Amino acid sequence: MTAYIIRRLLATIPVMAVVAIFVFLLLRLAPGDPAALIAGDNATSAQIEEIRQKLGLNLPIWEQFFLWAGDILRGDLGKSIFSNMPVTTLIAQRLEPTLMLTLATLIVAISLAIPLGVIAAWKARTAIDRVVMLFSVLGFAVPVFLAGYVLMYVFSIQLRWLPVQGYRPLSQGLWPSIQSLILPAIALGMTYVALIARITRASMLEVLAQDYIRTANAKGLATGRVLLLHALKNASVPIVTVIGIGIALLISGVVITETVFNIPGLGRLTVDAVLKRDYPIVQGLILVFAATKVIINLLIDLSYAFLDPRIRH
Amino acid sequence: MAKKKLLLLGAAAIFCAASAVKPVSAETVLRATMHADVRTLDPHWTTQTIAAIHGMLVYDTLFGVDDDGVPHPQMVGDYSVSDDGLKYTFTLRDGLKWHDGSKVTTADVIASLKRWGRRDQAGRAMFAHLESIDAVDEKTFTMTFKAPYGLVLETLGKTDSMVPIIMREQDAQKGSDDQVTDAIGSGPFMMKKDEWVPGSRTVYVKNPDYVPREGTPSRFAGAKIPKVDRIELVWIDDPQTRMQALIAGEIDLLEQPSVDFLPILESDPNIKVVRTGAIDSHWGTIRINHLHPPFDKPEMRQALFHLVNQEDFLRAVIGNPEYYRTCYSFITCGTPYADETGKEIMSDYNPKKAYELMKAAGYKDEPIYVLAATDHHTITPAAQVLVAAMREAGINVNAVSIDWGSVVSRRASRAKPEEGGWHIFVTTSSGTTATNPVLNTWLGANCDNANVGWPCDEELEKLRGAFAFARTHEERKELARKIQERAMYVVPYISFGQWTQPMAYRADRIKGIVPVTGTTVFWNIERID
Repeated sequence: MTAYIIRRLLATIPVMAVVAIFVFLLLRLAPGDPAALIAGDNATSAQIEEIRQKLGLNLPIWEQFFLWAGDILRGDLGKSIFSNMPVTTLIAQRLEPTLMLTLATLIVAISLAIPLGVIAAWKARTAIDRVVMLFSVLGFAVPVFLAGYVLMYVFSIQLRWLPVQGYRPLSQGLWPSIQSLILPAIALGMTYVALIARITRASMLEVLAQDYIRTANAKGLATGRVLLLHALKNASVPIVTVIGIGIALLISGVVITETVFNIPGLGRLTVDAVLKRDYPIVQGLILVFAATKVIINLLIDLSYAFLDPRIRH
Repeated sequence: MAKKKLLLLGAAAIFCAASAVKPVSAETVLRATMHADVRTLDPHWTTQTIAAIHGMLVYDTLFGVDDDGVPHPQMVGDYSVSDDGLKYTFTLRDGLKWHDGSKVTTADVIASLKRWGRRDQAGRAMFAHLESIDAVDEKTFTMTFKAPYGLVLETLGKTDSMVPIIMREQDAQKGSDDQVTDAIGSGPFMMKKDEWVPGSRTVYVKNPDYVPREGTPSRFAGAKIPKVDRIELVWIDDPQTRMQALIAGEIDLLEQPSVDFLPILESDPNIKVVRTGAIDSHWGTIRINHLHPPFDKPEMRQALFHLVNQEDFLRAVIGNPEYYRTCYSFITCGTPYADETGKEIMSDYNPKKAYELMKAAGYKDEPIYVLAATDHHTITPAAQVLVAAMREAGINVNAVSIDWGSVVSRRASRAKPEEGGWHIFVTTSSGTTATNPVLNTWLGANCDNANVGWPCDEELEKLRGAFAFARTHEERKELARKIQERAMYVVPYISFGQWTQPMAYRADRIKGIVPVTGTTVFWNIERID
């Protein structure tokens, strides 16, 4: 197992190198000039050119790439073109909100979706099943921003129970932090509830049709025991896969939720940096996202071995 | 069961303890959401308005203009001008200190002005006529001019684009192309750099050592008194969320609420929507590239006047007539040097006539490249109105739909339009930058040194230069009229009107807002809740 993990980790090096080259070229070939954006609306061409020279943006692309790659190999992701702050500091500042939002969303999604999926499979083709599936279709269909605005209007403006926007860090207390995450987690979690519930139902239906389930029922085992211990455990491989993919998507794809609820996370940092053509931030973030994705995929693969002994062998 | 209860009690205790870790504070905090986020700390480095706002919080200026645009001393205590108008002597007022505790001296002032004078266009214009700038002692310095430059105080009291803020000598000596990354000023507020999260929050605290000058506050003149302990500029990207945050009281001031949401804000009894100053905050610009055919001919550019119905643009951009006005002057309407000579031509909206005039000037139906931003709340609808008018006229338009960042980048290109350049783009500018022909850089026609579009006209530049040396108001008025006439011929740009972006704030929580156009200021605001 250790050799397998080391092999997988080594395999990430060429993946990261390809990602680095791709991102670097994509950004440089896309239209837009950070120097013009820094200079502002009333700047002259000469002022823009001065800034471009200062930032090294007029160097040949290959030279810019090797300078950047050299820094990366030394563990330096560079500095923001605009704020001049180190990219690692900017990412560190934004990590907690995104991780907390991801965690809260997963808690909302898993705690709702798996029971709903199991119940839908258990009561397949009944009214309960149809209601659960109707809600999962709605979960897919309602855009996150719309759900966000509706939740905000009801719970923040009308009822005044929860804040409209912003994130309270854990250092300001657990409850304020949770309060600031409830609405975004529900808005963002709706899609994942729908996704995980449907996968859970489909996977459970397949397992529930197996002979050993029939045998367990025939032996007179309690329904809950059959569903949770015998069926759900064996149906868990696709569910874990979807949850794993969901984590990766959540970390990198919370942009809309973070924008609507004004959460200063990595998603917003990415979009801001792309719009401002702040190359070092975009490059650094994509490397971090790629590394996160690779690690999550590795963890998912490893979890299969624990969930299904057939894979272990 | 007892074990379960114990566990529950334990969990509740931990939860309550964690919840109780709240900052206990009696300090007064003002939370505001601005039009942009503070990203660059060096007000000499960029023309961004948000950098000027940051600059006015942290730094101070030698002069500040009042509501009528008249400059008054701010850091300066006394000043005098020699009879021949060539030599200015300035003495700094007492009590000026940097945030690090050291004294402000003329060495700091001279280094700052030299740095700013290399970067800012109005500063460059003034420095071009400056013979020397010398320190007499720690508190007094002189500026000696080669000719009696008439806009010295106005230029030193300039409040937008690149503001002539005074920074420490060691910062100013960094060079004009090196960005200053510290924020140690002598202004009424101090930046908490350790709490700065670019793209999210910028924090300032009251400067306890700041000695405001006396006098009634009037724009940038008079007493600048920090009346709250802490200012948090909270960046909220989404316009809807900004509005909801103000209604819910999570922020106290919203600098630029979306015009669509004004009726909602106005209906809230706790919220006040106000005009930001006597001068309109924005004016619209249709910028024309003078380098490439067909718009390298003045007749071709003059034909475009007939494509612009300002009402159409203003309705699309701002909607509510209470906040906009048509203006056919190259100087902001409502200010002393505005002149609407030629209004009858500029207000004659007739797309067919525009096309006929272009044909007569040699237009061969070649494609006209219009850079149309797709993601800007005012520029995007304005560009759409222009493109529609051009198409109605029968002009072969190639609307290049790109994001605003790409427009800013592409408009700097001098390449042929079909090879990555452009013919026309739409933008907006601050009303205060166009209050006189020297400060209005879009009016500049100094060829390669002009703003993008590169208009080139010796006569117009001569008139702008003469304006800077005019000694009386009447002389300037006359020159402004001549500049208007010449600009009608050269057509460096076409205005599509001007408007005011209102500000909204919680009237039940704060008071004392100093009405300022463009560069919002935070001194004198106090909490009343």
